[in-house]
Amino acid sequence: MSPRAAARLESLGFREVYDHAAGKLDWFAAGLPIEGEVTSEVRIGQLVRGDTPSCTLEDRLGEVRQRVESAGWDQAVVLDGRRVLLGWLGRDALSRDPSAEVETVMLEGPKTLRPNESPGETASWMDGKGVDSVLVTSSDGTFLGVLRRGDLDVPRQGELGAGA
Amino acid sequence: MPTEISRREAQRLIGAGAQVLDVLEFSEYRESHLPGAVHIHLRRLAEQAREKLDADRTVVVYCYDYA
Repeated sequence: MSPRAAARLESLGFREVYDHAAGKLDWFAAGLPIEGEVTSEVRIGQLVRGDTPSCTLEDRLGEVRQRVESAGWDQAVVLDGRRVLLGWLGRDALSRDPSAEVETVMLEGPKTLRPNESPGETASWMDGKGVDSVLVTSSDGTFLGVLRRGDLDVPRQGELGAGA
Repeated sequence: MPTEISRREAQRLIGAGAQVLDVLEFSEYRESHLPGAVHIHLRRLAEQAREKLDADRTVVVYCYDYA
């Protein structure tokens, strides 16, 4: 629709018209500010923990593990120089040979969610998958943070109606 | 012919003062839109564009996605 609108504006005499073809969906998925009625609704991008330990492909596992433990975490993300998510290190990976390079043990292409997802739907998804945390990136792959299930103010499946 | 731009370029232009135009249904615009966006539905462009936008300034147009 926007290419037609942009072309029509030009035909009406507008001199400099640009078509942001990826549109509203891409803007929101990048976690950028929005206006309108939904702005009062909490989105998962507001709930992520951005202080997740990170490392590069070339780092040694032992050094990364030390940083992860001293920060009180149980995982680390692998990022490039532009903070694009390349991989993930969970407990199992972090417990391997300390001299190994991160690239050889990380999980490639971990599952990610976009920051504009709703807490309720995300909680259902996490409960269904049995995961306690998930990585959140913008639509261009930039790492935003880790979302913990416990940070979603939504009862776990099975807790709904408990005691009723 | 209008130039297609990336989100980053749209951010840059909007930050530099470009006008932003949302051509979705009004209910969709009311629910959420880019900061500062003006709403004109595609079918009302000819009627409202000059009233709501400055033809001499840059305009960034968007809808929902590539569809």
